[in-house]
Amino acid sequence: MKKLIQLTTMALLLPVGLSSALANDRLAEGKEISFDRKKGNCLACHVMDDGQLPGYLGPPLMMMEARYPDREKLKAQIADPTIRNPATSMPPYGKHRMLTEDELDKVVDYVHSL
Amino acid sequence: MKAITYLSLALLGAGAFAAPTYADPKADNEVMHEFFKKRFPNVEFAEFSNGVYAFDENAREQWLEIEDFPPYEDAVEHGQTLFETPFANGKSYADCFENGGLNIRQGYPKFDADSGQVVTLELAINECRTANGEEALPYGRGDIAAISAYMATTSAGEIINVVVPSDPKALAAYEAGKKLFYERRGQLNMACATCHVHSAGGQIRADILSPALGHTTHFPAYRFAVEDLVTIQHRYAGCNKQVRAKPFELQSEEYRNLEYYHAHMSNGLPVNGPGSRK
Ligand code: HEC
Ligand code: HEC
Repeated sequence: MKKLIQLTTMALLLPVGLSSALANDRLAEGKEISFDRKKGNCLACHVMDDGQLPGYLGPPLMMMEARYPDREKLKAQIADPTIRNPATSMPPYGKHRMLTEDELDKVVDYVHSL
Repeated sequence: MKAITYLSLALLGAGAFAAPTYADPKADNEVMHEFFKKRFPNVEFAEFSNGVYAFDENAREQWLEIEDFPPYEDAVEHGQTLFETPFANGKSYADCFENGGLNIRQGYPKFDADSGQVVTLELAINECRTANGEEALPYGRGDIAAISAYMATTSAGEIINVVVPSDPKALAAYEAGKKLFYERRGQLNMACATCHVHSAGGQIRADILSPALGHTTHFPAYRFAVEDLVTIQHRYAGCNKQVRAKPFELQSEEYRNLEYYHAHMSNGLPVNGPGSRK
């Protein structure tokens, strides 16, 4: 408990520059997981960001925050796209544990930022 | 009849693909052929034997250049030598097959009423060997693919005619193959149909997805990725692995039934094996 209070206090005291640097790290990690052929491999089917050799089975991932104001809806789409469309070709990253919960959250943050 | 076809087409469009409670292979083919003719209106029917090269101009040009010096030529010659070399007992492959094994590819896989099993050409080749005291060849590539490829060349241009007799066991085998084709598998949760029906013509990374119609016409095929001639079931295993699903054994009942359904779908197309593919 004490530790938690200490951590929170520290976080509050962090200079703004440093915390946004941390956020950028998180996005960079999300990007790496999304591009990694053994993890997200989203580029197999989506044009996104500056990714090379994309496929075209799914729509380009852009302007995501405007299109998904609710981050949870975006997360649901990536965790199990078969809920919205049972015939989809997109793999269920959460449901089939292709990504850990932490990896999934990073991917969602990154995709949300596109 | 028309109404049923349109209804099934509507189902196809919705991706529902409800398996009927009874097998009607002929109606299945009508639906599938109509679906692909609609999706690729500029592709002539016989061209479906050429996979993605039937509709992707760039890929086709490269492929035609390659076919000027076919990478499978040596393997076919080797296959012919093996085919014509008698076994230790003096008999040969010609003795095991109708018409001496020539011009028969278009009828395979066949349903064998005695065993109640689907017999692929590669299985029949090995059964011929063991019946004559020779060891079975390993499946997938190598000599078995070479012999099968040579046999395919003797059927060049013949129209595929895979028969599903009205024997409950044959229909059950066909139905099991069809089920496997539409069943989502592996961590990526994808069926053969996800890629080769619903997404046919679409692009995954740099790969354009070929339609399932015409898949079996040109096998065994030389694959540049493998640098070898491979059988169709070798390809099945590769596609299963892509979606992180455990492949079945080559020539297992599962894959033989799948090949039965898959090959029957291409009835009406010309044999053009071996082909060359990425
Ligand atoms: C094998 C193909 C494939 C892969 C791999 C894939 N997707 Fe998709 N994705 C699709 C398709 C197709 C759609 C279209 C919607 C549908 O099918 O229901 C889609 C839709 C989406 C949507 C909704 C887009 C919109 O406009 O609403 C998001 C978000 C998305 N994908 C994110 C991802 C992320 C993130 C990854 C990787 C971690 C990924 N996808 C991997 C095929 C794929
Ligand atoms: C993740 C998508 C995917 C799935 C699922 C998939 N394949 Fe493929 N398959 C491919 C790709 C990519 C290729 C290479 C490009 C092409 O020819 O389609 C290919 C090629 C093939 C070929 C060779 C095509 C040719 O013209 O020579 C056959 C045959 C084939 N697949 C059969 C199957 C079968 C049967 C299944 C199910 C057991 C299956 N595939 C599942 C992606 C897939």
